[in-house]
Amino acid sequence: MELFRNTNFDFLGKKWPFIIASLVLTGAGMTSVAMKGGPKYGIDFRGGVNMYVKFAHTPPVDRLRSALSAKIAGEISVVEIPGSSEVIIGTELKNEKELDAARRTMVETLSSSFGATGGKLDLHNTGQSALADRLRDPLARTGAGLSEQQLQDLTKAILAFRDGNPNFGILQNLDQLTAVKGVTPSILNAMKQEVALSPFTIRKGELVGPKIGGELRNQAILATLYALGGMLVYIAFRFEWVYGVAAVIAVFHDTIITIGLFSLFDKEISLTVVAALLTLVGYSMNDTIVVFYRIRENLKLLRKERFEPLVNISVNQTLSRTVLTSGLTLLSALALLFFGGPVLNGFSFALVVGIIVGTYSSIFIASPILVWWKSRLDRRGASGGAERVIMTAASKQTAK
Amino acid sequence: MQKNLRTKAIIILVTVLLCVYGIFGLPKSKDDLIANWKKNIRLGLDLRGGSHLVLQVQVQDAFKAEADTDIERLKEDLNRQNIAFGSIDRSEPASLAEADAIQITVKGVPIDKVSAFRSLINEKYDAWIFGSLASSDYKLSLKPTKALELRRDTLARSMQTIESRINGLGLAESTVQQRGRSDAESELLVQLPGVDDPARVKQILGTAALLELYEVKDGPFANQEQARLNFGSVLPLNSKLVRQPARTEQAEAWYVVARTPVITGRDLRNARPQQGEFGKWETAFTLNQDAAKRFERFTETHVGKRLAIVLDNQIRSAPTIQNKISDSGRITGANDQVEASDLALVLRAGSLPASVVYLEERTVGPSLGADSIRQGVVSGIVGLIAVVFVMLVYYKRSGINATVALVLNAVILIAALAYFEAVLTLPGIAGIILLIGMAVDSNVLIFERIREELRGGKGVLAAIDAGFSKAFLTIIDTHVTTVVSCAFLFIFGTGPVKGFAVTLVIGLIANVFTSVFISRFIFDWENSRSTQVASLSI
Repeated sequence: MELFRNTNFDFLGKKWPFIIASLVLTGAGMTSVAMKGGPKYGIDFRGGVNMYVKFAHTPPVDRLRSALSAKIAGEISVVEIPGSSEVIIGTELKNEKELDAARRTMVETLSSSFGATGGKLDLHNTGQSALADRLRDPLARTGAGLSEQQLQDLTKAILAFRDGNPNFGILQNLDQLTAVKGVTPSILNAMKQEVALSPFTIRKGELVGPKIGGELRNQAILATLYALGGMLVYIAFRFEWVYGVAAVIAVFHDTIITIGLFSLFDKEISLTVVAALLTLVGYSMNDTIVVFYRIRENLKLLRKERFEPLVNISVNQTLSRTVLTSGLTLLSALALLFFGGPVLNGFSFALVVGIIVGTYSSIFIASPILVWWKSRLDRRGASGGAERVIMTAASKQTAK
Repeated sequence: MQKNLRTKAIIILVTVLLCVYGIFGLPKSKDDLIANWKKNIRLGLDLRGGSHLVLQVQVQDAFKAEADTDIERLKEDLNRQNIAFGSIDRSEPASLAEADAIQITVKGVPIDKVSAFRSLINEKYDAWIFGSLASSDYKLSLKPTKALELRRDTLARSMQTIESRINGLGLAESTVQQRGRSDAESELLVQLPGVDDPARVKQILGTAALLELYEVKDGPFANQEQARLNFGSVLPLNSKLVRQPARTEQAEAWYVVARTPVITGRDLRNARPQQGEFGKWETAFTLNQDAAKRFERFTETHVGKRLAIVLDNQIRSAPTIQNKISDSGRITGANDQVEASDLALVLRAGSLPASVVYLEERTVGPSLGADSIRQGVVSGIVGLIAVVFVMLVYYKRSGINATVALVLNAVILIAALAYFEAVLTLPGIAGIILLIGMAVDSNVLIFERIREELRGGKGVLAAIDAGFSKAFLTIIDTHVTTVVSCAFLFIFGTGPVKGFAVTLVIGLIANVFTSVFISRFIFDWENSRSTQVASLSI
């Protein structure tokens, strides 16, 4: 099967609609960023507290919000994760001590408002050693005759059952525990006297102080800039400066559009999103390099051809590969977006957007820049100079 | 040719076997296999659950304590040498940055005693620099060398204390390390993998655990004002007010206690939880020999009086001394066994020289980790099936070739993670899934080249040869750019993001081997079986 056999699309001739589309997209994205007062940073860069709480039933979002607002000075956000009974509770405060206090208040409020267990140990929010301590004497009284090791193993198994597939932290009732190896009816009865199930479990807590947030932001910006710089140098070394500049502009274009789309879709930029952006930088570069390789090869093979048609031929020759590879990587990225869960949502979204934009930018951004540069040199009149870029590129190839 | 192929086959076989061994070891049973897999594939905090904490040691606390001790000494020395003074105070550095600027002000020293005062400071207080403020007022500021020493010492002692507390909890895989570029930042990074009760650990790490036993001068009083009124608004010399927070069975109370403690946490030999009267949990402690003698003398002379047990500047209890006590005591008021044993643990590990502030905390519960792994595996399988399906439809028989390369790519990657003891994080899993798509890129590049060469009229063998050699440099260059961006991610990234960078880089390097070397081998091996190669299923 072949999709593109000896295609001859006039990509460079039709570049303008695409460049305009790019500009419109960039403009819309940047306007959104500007109107929202900068990119929407996640907790990693902004500082704050986030708590992921999973409920046994539909989360009482309004009750949660009002209960927490009464006790915490800062603004409280309670966001439901679509398709799950999980919420993210967040707040931003000025300093680390306030954040730590807010975090503690969140836990206390959750247990006092929703987790009334009547003095029993809350099985949804306990650790193994606390559970073992709580059950040690009651189990001894039932005459189960468990050794300390057996008690530790039993509590470990109970918690593994609670956390594993398919419960993932929330049990509907204690009778489910009969499925755990070692839980006999008498043990279960004794347990029912000691432990209870609150309707929620805290699955993840993040606290990032403003100091660390600032550090992470700087590091992310530096990492992106250094990565772009590193590639510019590498491509300049392997090809020509112009190629490096064209490739970096294309990649920069991808990054800007992705950030703009994040703002338009109101998604947060977190550490993993930056990781995705940097991966895209590398990925989009791949595409551009493949096209540039072809251009360089054709410069040697088709010496008589003018530069613009030559670039067009090169893009057409690599089209099949470009579409296929991007399509396959897009498939993996889509799998991540749909099945990867809420934690990776931003990451996969960046990948999906970036792969599409990155593929198209190597054809409609990087290649036209090369052509434009060459025609600019032509117009300067120095005909020898015009050929130079191409000839040196070609001679570099032959020199290897 | 045949010999060459055999060598290649051996190289590939050995590599694959080494990889499988790295992942699964030499299992004797199915349970063994799973156990080895779990042992070899190290999961990051975000997948197995656990905590990542960044603590800032509030070094200024230690500076204040240092100044306070010297002020007490100074007062005694001044009295002994008959140097009169009005007041001695210290400044109150509010933040870490101001710690070095701590100052002691001595006011009202008579002119004729100044030289004696100055020489006393120079002789016995070498940590301080003498300076004058006004006619009879003087200041002492901390020497920069001494300040640096104190900072380092405080940080080192905090780290030691936190380490021993973590060890006391039996958290073997946990690590404590200094963070930040300079000592001035006073930051510690604590990693607690697999901790299922992070709130408790945080509590244990954060408590100062400063135990002091004081002689009670008077009390209890309902509030501060009443206590002061009792002494005509001015507290007696060498005494201070300490609060006893409200508990369920009793209201808040204030006590006037002696300024210097009889016993401190450093005098402890051991501490352990026990059940006292009415089955209530408490923490019992025993004193070392020297302290026991001191305590015996003290209690003997103070029978019938109260003793305040103060933990972190709050009174836990103020029992009446019934009779002579030599080497043991107990701290009551724990809510449950866990609280009593945690207190015993922090007392054994020693007190923190300064308080700590949490700059960053990331805690993942084990259930979320398990959920993330499941989601990662599901999306990985879906991605893999989709990619393999497209490759088989598009490249027919050669698609099998690419699939084999792809699977081996993943095997080598996972084995490399095991051999390098690298940690698999959630972004790392995402990296593996992304790699499924990226890994086929090399094969696509090669296959498209081969098709072109075939179209150009070359024979099968020549086309394969040309396809591989022409695509090779492109593959190297495209990989290098991704490796460059990953390198910067690794340098600047933290925890999980580092895991992503490592996974992707290892995967890409393995990819060169699988897509160029192994894939080529499969073509050559298939073609070597028939003498006449007329067609290629691509």
